Amino acid sequence: MEEDFKVIDNCLMIRMPIEVDHHKSVDISKRADRYIVSKKVGNVVFDFERTTFMDSSGVGVILGRYKKISCFGGKVYAVHAGNRIRRMLLLSGLENIVEIME
Amino acid sequence: MIEVTENKDYRLITNEMRLEFAAVSDNEAFARMAVSAFIAPLNPTLEELSDVKTAVSEAVTNAIIHGYENRGSVLDRVLMNCELKGSIFMVEIIDRGVGMEDVGRAMEPLYTTRPEWERSGMGFAFMEAFMDDLEVLSEPDQGTLVRMYKKIGLGSWIVSEE
Repeated sequence: MEEDFKVIDNCLMIRMPIEVDHHKSVDISKRADRYIVSKKVGNVVFDFERTTFMDSSGVGVILGRYKKISCFGGKVYAVHAGNRIRRMLLLSGLENIVEIME
Repeated sequence: MIEVTENKDYRLITNEMRLEFAAVSDNEAFARMAVSAFIAPLNPTLEELSDVKTAVSEAVTNAIIHGYENRGSVLDRVLMNCELKGSIFMVEIIDRGVGMEDVGRAMEPLYTTRPEWERSGMGFAFMEAFMDDLEVLSEPDQGTLVRMYKKIGLGSWIVSEE
């Protein structure tokens, strides 16, 4: 689990689990916040490469991290997001908050 | 009590399943897997399977964290009823928790009673978006019933038409 969190320069890279649900989200948020505070990272990158399932809890994780870092000018990014995850981000109006990258 | 049993016309029902599990968050994944296995014989497309799994996950999560206020008690139970009428899949998620005063309000996108738990307020919106039909019955202090319908197997129909 720890290897799923990596700090590169000013960015926290989070490798999202295979299934992102409420059960997993609680843990991801907690760990991410620890990194944001202790390593003073500005931006957060969510990597969905291996994610095959996500529900609205995943949206909550992204939104929660955004709220934590945006006041210091930080940004959130999503990489390797498939069509389904993109659709969820669109449905929840997160397309203006999250930068979706290839 | 939320009305669960009703007079069913069993001539149209081709399969049925009933599950009861503890309202703990580990069971969110279990409920999704159970429901995928139940609809597997209909040869759903990957898209349809994900739609159903997402919607069930939303409803079960709601029951656990809102209905039973995230207590994580093994004594609190979530009921899941599944039914097939040919290719029409129906699922009910029932809890005996706190219920809701204003269902319409709860169903508004981005509305959440628990922003401190990082709820996105998108649960019902996702259920509506990914299923064909959604009904919600709730009574304060009695519990909540979420009933969803989806036609499964549209994928194979589209392929054969082409």
